[in-house]
Amino acid sequence: MSENPTLAVWKFASCDGCQLTLLNCEDELLALAERVEVAYFPEATGAVVSGPYDISLVEGSITTPADAERIQQVRAASGLLVTIGACATSGGIQALRNFADVSEFLSVVYAHPAYVATLDRSTPISAHVTVDVQLRGCPIDRHQLLEVLGALLQGRRPRIPTFSVCVECKQRGTTCVAVAHGTPCLGPVTQAGCGALCPSVDRGCYGCFGPSDTPNTASLAATLRAQGVPEDAVMRLFRTFNAGTEPFRLESTAHEPTTGANAAPRTEVTS
Amino acid sequence: MAGRRTLDLEGLQSLIDALRDRGYRVVGPTVRDDAVVLAEITTLQDLPGGIGDEQQPGHYRTRPRDDGALFGFATTVQSAKPVLFPANELLWRGTRSPSGFEVSRDVPDDAPVALFGIRGCDLAAVGIHDSVLVGRPAVDAHYARRRDRSLLIAVTCSTPAGTCFCASMGTGPRPGDGADLVLTELLDAEGHRFLIESESPAGADALAHLVTTPATAADQAAADEVVATATAHMGRRLRTDDLHDLLYASAESPRWSDVAERCLACTNCTMVCPTCFCTSVEDVSDLSGDIDERHRVWDSCFSLEYSRLHGGAVRTSTGARYRQWLTHKLAAWPDQFGMSGCVGCGRCLTWCPAGIDLTAEVAALREELAHRETSRTGPRPPSTDH
Ligand code: SF4
Ligand code: SF4
Ligand code: SF4
Repeated sequence: MSENPTLAVWKFASCDGCQLTLLNCEDELLALAERVEVAYFPEATGAVVSGPYDISLVEGSITTPADAERIQQVRAASGLLVTIGACATSGGIQALRNFADVSEFLSVVYAHPAYVATLDRSTPISAHVTVDVQLRGCPIDRHQLLEVLGALLQGRRPRIPTFSVCVECKQRGTTCVAVAHGTPCLGPVTQAGCGALCPSVDRGCYGCFGPSDTPNTASLAATLRAQGVPEDAVMRLFRTFNAGTEPFRLESTAHEPTTGANAAPRTEVTS
Repeated sequence: MAGRRTLDLEGLQSLIDALRDRGYRVVGPTVRDDAVVLAEITTLQDLPGGIGDEQQPGHYRTRPRDDGALFGFATTVQSAKPVLFPANELLWRGTRSPSGFEVSRDVPDDAPVALFGIRGCDLAAVGIHDSVLVGRPAVDAHYARRRDRSLLIAVTCSTPAGTCFCASMGTGPRPGDGADLVLTELLDAEGHRFLIESESPAGADALAHLVTTPATAADQAAADEVVATATAHMGRRLRTDDLHDLLYASAESPRWSDVAERCLACTNCTMVCPTCFCTSVEDVSDLSGDIDERHRVWDSCFSLEYSRLHGGAVRTSTGARYRQWLTHKLAAWPDQFGMSGCVGCGRCLTWCPAGIDLTAEVAALREELAHRETSRTGPRPPSTDH
C-alpha cells in the first residue's frame, strides 16, 4: 500500500455541492489520486478505509444533536481538519432558522414533530471543534481547494486571501457593476476567492464567501440605501448563505422591519 | 519639436494601420459593458464615438454626445497601469528535474504596445512609474522591457469629468512631457480633425509617414480653446502648496476615524490609481510540487494582510490604512521620489463604492488643522501684564 496521506470527506447538513467541487476537479483528479489515498468519501466511492485520517474535508453545518456528537468523532479521527463551504464555515443558508422559531416550523411542516430531533440553531463546525483551515464559498472554489490540498501535501501555508472581492474585480479588469451600473453588490465586504465571478457576468456579488477581514457592513448598507435599495431588501442581501456570521447577522438584523404584525422576531445568537 | 500638423479621420485610421503594420498592439479606449475601457483596437469604429462620461464620487455612467467626438469622455475605467504593470506577473518558474531543479525566468515577449489616446494624467502616471520602477537601482525588469518598446500617443482632454483635477496637479488637460505623439481633437466648422504634434524621434518618424497638412493659426487657436475650456471645467480642485506639511501635521487627526466610518477598506482606490504600485509576491505550485511559479500580484495598503509583519498586521484599523494611503500619495511620496504621488485623474473618487473624495478629505484635514492651531494660539485671554 502507498505511503500517501489519507483523505476523508465528511458530510453534515449541506447540499453536497462542495463535495462535488472536488469531483469536478477533473483535470487534477488523477494527479490528486497519485498523491493522496481517498480513504473515506461516500459520495464518490463505496470503499472505506478505517481511520485515523491525515486530512479531513468537512462539508455542512451542525443542526442535529447526533451531528454534534459525530463531529467530535471526526475531529478525533483527523489530523488536519478543513471545513469546506458556507455551511461548514458559517452555518449556511439553513442558519436562517437562527432568526426564527424552529418549533413553529416543526409544528407546521411535520405531522409528528415529536419524531424530529433537531437543534434550534445551525452552527458552523468551528463552533464545535478546532478547525485547521476554512474554505469559504457556496460552493467552494476548485482552485482554492486544490491550493489547500497542494499546500498541505507540501507542508506550506495555503494562500487564501482575506481581502475583498473588489481586488479580484480590479485584477481581472471587470468594470465595477456597483459604480457603473448601480447594481447592488456585496463585494466590498465579501472575502475574495471566487475570482469575482458574479460581477464578471454583470451581477452584483451575493456574498457567498462571507465577510472579508475588515467588513464595514454599515457603510455598505448606507451606500445601498443611497442607491435606492429598500430597507428590507438590504436585510435580505445580508441574510443569505452567510447569515450566520456575526458581521452579516448584525447588519441584517439592523435592517429588520421594526413595525407591523409580521415583524421578524429578534433573536440573539451567541457563540 | 516638429511643426504642428493636422490629420483628418482617414489619417487617424492610417496611423492605427501603420502602428499595427510595425508590429504594435494598439491599445485604446473602447466601450464595453457600458463603460469606456482600454482594450486592443483596430479601427476608428472601435473608439467610443459620440460617447461621453459622467463621473462623481462613487458614480459612473456613459452618456451620448451629439458631436461624434471620438475622445469625448474624460478617463478610461482603468489607466495604462494594467497594460504596462499587469495585475499578475509571472516572475519565474521552477521545474523539478531528476538532477535537481531548473529555473526559467519569464521575460514578457508580448507584442510592443502603442497606447492610443492616453490622457495627460495617465501619461504623467507612466512618467512616475518610469522613475519608481526603472529610474532607481533595483530596476523592475518586466516593466522596463514593456516600457522600452511602448509608444505613447496622448490626446488632450476636452471634457473633464466631475472627479477630475489634473489642472491642480499640473498634468493636464494638455498632455505634458513623455508622449511620442500628442493629438488634440478639433470639432468646429472646419471639420472633424486632429492637431498632431510629435514629441520624440519615434513620434516624428510615425508622423512623417502620415498624410497631414500644416496646421493653420486657426487650428492652433482651436486647440488652445479646447485646453482653455477643459481647464475651466475641472470637476474638482486640490490646493497643493501645503500638502506635504499638512499631511504630516495631521497624523493624529480625528478625521481618520471619521473617514474610517465610511471607508470599506475594499482597495478599489489603490487598484484604479495609475501610480499605486504595491504588490505582493506569491509562490504557486501544482499538486505534484514538480512545478513552482513565483508571481507578483497587485496588493494594497487597504488590505489587512499587506501590513502583516512578524506577530501580526501593523495597520489593523481602517483609519490607519486610509491615513497610510493619503499620506503616502501626498507627503511621503514627494519625500521618497521627488514628485507627487497623485496626478489628479479622479479615479479613486469615481470608483470608490462609498464615494470618498480625496479632495474633500484633504480640505477637511486642512480645516481641522487650522481649527487646532487657532485653539492653541488664540484668541488669547485679555492680558493683565501691564
Ligand atoms: S463590482 Fe462589486 S466586487 Fe467588484 S469592484 Fe464593484 S463593488 Fe467591488
Ligand atoms: S490618488 Fe486618486 S486622483 Fe490621484 S492619481 Fe491616484 S487615483 Fe488619480
Ligand atoms: S477609500 Fe473608498 S475605494 Fe478606497 S478602500 Fe475606502 S471605500 Fe474602498
